[in-house]
Amino acid sequence: MAGAKEIKTQIKSIKNTKKITKAMEMVAASKMRRAQERMIATRPYAEKMQQVISHIANGQLEYRHPFTQERDVKRVGYIIISTDRGLCGGLNVNLFKTALQSIIKWKEQNVEVDIAVFGSKGANTFRRYGIVAEKAHLGDAPQLADLVGTIKVMLDAYESGRIDRLYLVENEFINSMTQKPQVTQLIPLVAADDKDIKYHWDYLYEPDAKEVIDLVMQRYIESLVYQAVVENVASEMASRMVAMKSASDNAGNLIHELQLVYNKARQAAITQEISEIVAGAAAV
Amino acid sequence: MAMTIRLDVVSAEKKLFSGMVYEVSVPGVMGELGIYPRHAQLISPLRPGELRYKPENGDAASLFVSGGIVEVQPYVVTVLADTAIRADDLDEKAAIEAKKRAEDALAGKDPEDLNYETLQAELEAAKAQIEMLQRISKNRR
Repeated sequence: MAGAKEIKTQIKSIKNTKKITKAMEMVAASKMRRAQERMIATRPYAEKMQQVISHIANGQLEYRHPFTQERDVKRVGYIIISTDRGLCGGLNVNLFKTALQSIIKWKEQNVEVDIAVFGSKGANTFRRYGIVAEKAHLGDAPQLADLVGTIKVMLDAYESGRIDRLYLVENEFINSMTQKPQVTQLIPLVAADDKDIKYHWDYLYEPDAKEVIDLVMQRYIESLVYQAVVENVASEMASRMVAMKSASDNAGNLIHELQLVYNKARQAAITQEISEIVAGAAAV
Repeated sequence: MAMTIRLDVVSAEKKLFSGMVYEVSVPGVMGELGIYPRHAQLISPLRPGELRYKPENGDAASLFVSGGIVEVQPYVVTVLADTAIRADDLDEKAAIEAKKRAEDALAGKDPEDLNYETLQAELEAAKAQIEMLQRISKNRR
């Protein structure tokens, strides 16, 4: 009967684990829904911003913002967006692999890298590659105000000529089953096709063009990073939901198998007891 | 029938207002801007203050903007609003903080308690907002 008791405790502990993973799955599912809503809510701002920028790019001629100019690449910057917490499947690992591939490619050309990281997971991984700024514990509903400091470090680095290119590494949320790691170039701005705009006009800039364009550019980059951070939260929740679902399923299978083993052990113990009693009675 | 102009107020976090209005008044950095339909194309940063508009149906309404950018085209006004009050020195402080965190972690130190600075920044923002609201309510009276 000794075996049966041990198996029973094991089943109990797996059941507890299953309860936890099940709860995490449900929490992640509801958080994902909210994160998705937030993701959609950020879109109008970025779209409007894009329109304004393409108008400026077409109209404004006397002042070119540094963010629109290509330079020789001597050092590149990365903004890497990771999660704060684990237990979300291969989300971070896949992202880091993609980022590292890109970083190594630059290193082979003797180009140095500067890295800014959001989320504590990324901070630990990229420590030895040269992190210049980091911010963790953004929570489930990140605020733009929490991001500006870290973004500013990178923008300042670009303006002062320390870095010549800035990339953003994030998880693209395709659907709840698929998230794709992506490296996108933030600066210099990749020129969008503006074939739709046929007539040319320019804004009245108040107080002057340089000041307005500087502000627009800064806000634009910030909004792109913010969007990526929000998208990454949605990806994190989706990935965690899937990981926890498969953990719960595995726990269920394990419990089922152990239950069979337990039943066998129990039956064997009963049979043994009966045969002992019968043997004892026969001896008397 | 008076002419209307389309107004979109969006912040990075969400859409705040979208609809047809008769007139808009925004707090530009150079002063209050009153915008009516067929205004010339204009773009200007905003200072913290009150954004007033008169919608096509309904009473005049107002929104608090803590900065941002206004873009005007003859029949479309777009306000790209900031949600938090952004002062240059606050941005600077946040940037220094982000750098410091990385340096501390690199040196193997625990990130020092930065709560005091964040709290102060929040306090400053709250103060500015309170002042703004007081001014607005005084103007109303």
